[in-house]
Amino acid sequence: MTDTDHTPVLHPATEPLDWTYATSREAADLVSVAETYGVFYDGDFHKPLSKNYLATINPATEEPLAEVAEAGPADVDRAVASARRAFGGWSQLSGQERAKYLFRIARMVQERSRELAVLETLDGGKPIKESRDVDLPLVAAHFFYNAGWADKLEYAFPGLDPKPIGVAGQIIPWNFPLLMLSWKVAPALAAGNTVVLKPAETTPLSALHFAQIAAEAGLPPGVLNVVPGAGQTGAAVVGHSDVDKIAFTGSTEVGKEIQRRLAGSGRRLTLELGGKGAHIVFADAPIDQAIEGVINGIFFNQGHVCCAGSRLLIQESVAEPFLEKLKNRLETLRVGDPLDKNTDVGAINSRAQLDRIEALVAVGQREGAEMFQPSCALPDRGFFYRPTLFTGVSQSHRIAQEEIFGPVLSVLTFRTPEEAIEKANNTPYGLAAGVWTTKGSRILWMADRLRSGVVWANTYNKFDPTSPFGGYKESGFGREGGRHGLLAYMKAEGL
Amino acid sequence: MSDRLDVRKTHKLFIGGQFPRSESGRSYPALDADATVVARVALASRKDLREAVRAARTAFPGWAARTGYNRGQILYRMAEMIEDRAASFSEQIRVGGLSKKMADREVGATVDRLVWYAGWCDKFAQVMGNLNPVAGPFFNISVPEPTGVVGIVAPGAPALLGLVSRMAPALVTGNAVVVVASEKLPLPAVTLAEAIATSDLPAGVVNILTGSPSELIPWLSSHMDVEAIDITGLDGSLVTAAEEASADNVKRVIRSETADGQSPYLIAAFTETKTVWHPKGM
Repeated sequence: MTDTDHTPVLHPATEPLDWTYATSREAADLVSVAETYGVFYDGDFHKPLSKNYLATINPATEEPLAEVAEAGPADVDRAVASARRAFGGWSQLSGQERAKYLFRIARMVQERSRELAVLETLDGGKPIKESRDVDLPLVAAHFFYNAGWADKLEYAFPGLDPKPIGVAGQIIPWNFPLLMLSWKVAPALAAGNTVVLKPAETTPLSALHFAQIAAEAGLPPGVLNVVPGAGQTGAAVVGHSDVDKIAFTGSTEVGKEIQRRLAGSGRRLTLELGGKGAHIVFADAPIDQAIEGVINGIFFNQGHVCCAGSRLLIQESVAEPFLEKLKNRLETLRVGDPLDKNTDVGAINSRAQLDRIEALVAVGQREGAEMFQPSCALPDRGFFYRPTLFTGVSQSHRIAQEEIFGPVLSVLTFRTPEEAIEKANNTPYGLAAGVWTTKGSRILWMADRLRSGVVWANTYNKFDPTSPFGGYKESGFGREGGRHGLLAYMKAEGL
Repeated sequence: MSDRLDVRKTHKLFIGGQFPRSESGRSYPALDADATVVARVALASRKDLREAVRAARTAFPGWAARTGYNRGQILYRMAEMIEDRAASFSEQIRVGGLSKKMADREVGATVDRLVWYAGWCDKFAQVMGNLNPVAGPFFNISVPEPTGVVGIVAPGAPALLGLVSRMAPALVTGNAVVVVASEKLPLPAVTLAEAIATSDLPAGVVNILTGSPSELIPWLSSHMDVEAIDITGLDGSLVTAAEEASADNVKRVIRSETADGQSPYLIAAFTETKTVWHPKGM
């Protein structure tokens, strides 16, 4: 057969292509959500001493899902005491036994990954294809990876005799609820610490279901404790004098408050904070791949990603055709029901976050940047926002400096690699950056000069439990993942 | 007794490779163990501190870009320059009341410490870096990089060994430092600056201020262009305020248990881990 024999099947020009998708909705009833959830300590759920409950809603429908205890200071106190009581036994347990608990938990997460993915999407609004294909597989992987370290810690840090720190207070965000739990809980437990975990106010459910899994796995009572609540609950964890270490993932603003709060206490701290990732595309980049990378970089999880590539730096000579393609690609993004397996961009996590995004977009328009949004329809109910692109952005614009934490991309241009570096590094943040070019030496040259904790070259938003993640500058300190991640939960004499 | 009048040294600051007096025109007396004035040293001001931070910021990229081999040779050269001035250092350490034997031992330990850290410059990334076996077709490495401009409060004592033990691990990976010397025993720090100035260290990589930590540290810890601060040598009463101010720019705060220890993990305290991903494919 020759090329000429291969006649492509073309639709007649008169018949417009139908790009709509048949609904392919994941079943919401795969997971059973309880009416109320308590505070988890001593291996069991307890009614909150605070007597307060907070409703958690489905951000895609604004319908309530459950009433969740709001842990007050007395509840946090109970949870910390539970963790303290458990610390001696857990830290003295042989590494191999600790490992086996964590391996068992990893397996149980895998077994129940479909139900947990649905729960994550219901409570947080992220597309089911992301919770199913990214979040849940990585959650299991983090437990599996760290499990294997529990009995090998002496090899992780040659020359040290590392010991667990004690009770770790961990405060996690709403963008990757269960994944952030795994980033924090797995290394902490592997290293022999016990944990008091504070999930985010708007997404507490998966952490509470996880607590149930830990109990079913036979994890000794008190090793893992979960105190749901809002900012005040987090403050109670941070302020508790019997918590030896705080690990926080969230905004730079709150991170600074926590750092101030711990001043002079001698208690350990790691912070994984905001970012304003530069996604740098050179003229010689594989353009279609780069388009997909840029789309993934900013619209993955509605842009609720601390390492999102929220600033596109495009080399001037290709800016025009690149932006045209990018806008075309924006038109094909499927925005809507997070439970629909076709959906690319789901619901904004909360009304408050939607308000913040709208406010910063308004600032972008006021400051003179040019806005583009695709024509897609948005659902009538729920919190949704169109994928948004700003061109004509200058470095001093707030939308080029501040983290929007939503599906909003600011586009700047550059001419030389030096200029790209200068602009990329010109924010208080330093979490992640992307580089697209076919020139190997330029990739390494750029990687050396980007002041950020992660550099994705010819790819973006890749995560792995073996790969350390964390920021430079005001994006925080400490690493999560890999061998380096364990160090945040270990201490050694004489250092 | 010789009838020749000796020429005394003016003890100055060390900023950007230069030896200025304090812009404030102030100085303070360095006392010996009997409270006799041995010399007057510059009393650095807030503005001197800012100049020092600016010098460090300017020097940082070039120093960080040097090869580990080159940084190692320069640290080794610093050891040579200190050994060469061992008698001066010993004499100045004795001002604090140490015996000659103890002072000589401190100088020797200081030289040896620099030699030890010099050897780490081209090995640290090998020991602390990683090739990460990610579950996918990607090349993925993690490398330690210098944090940036680091403020260091030198321990009150040992004045020379403490300062060098805190400073050297920061220099290994390419940080630039602003050091506030021991307030009570400032003389070895001044002589150290003179040794460093002849060590081929690029100007501004090390800046040394003599003065009062209680005056300078609030500005150093709140300075938005300083990425890390080592408060190991800071008086306990000043720690909380310094840590609070450090939060303004999420400064890394290093508070070691040891004023004069040595460990590759002390080098790690002044580094950031960068992880680079690249796909594998045809």
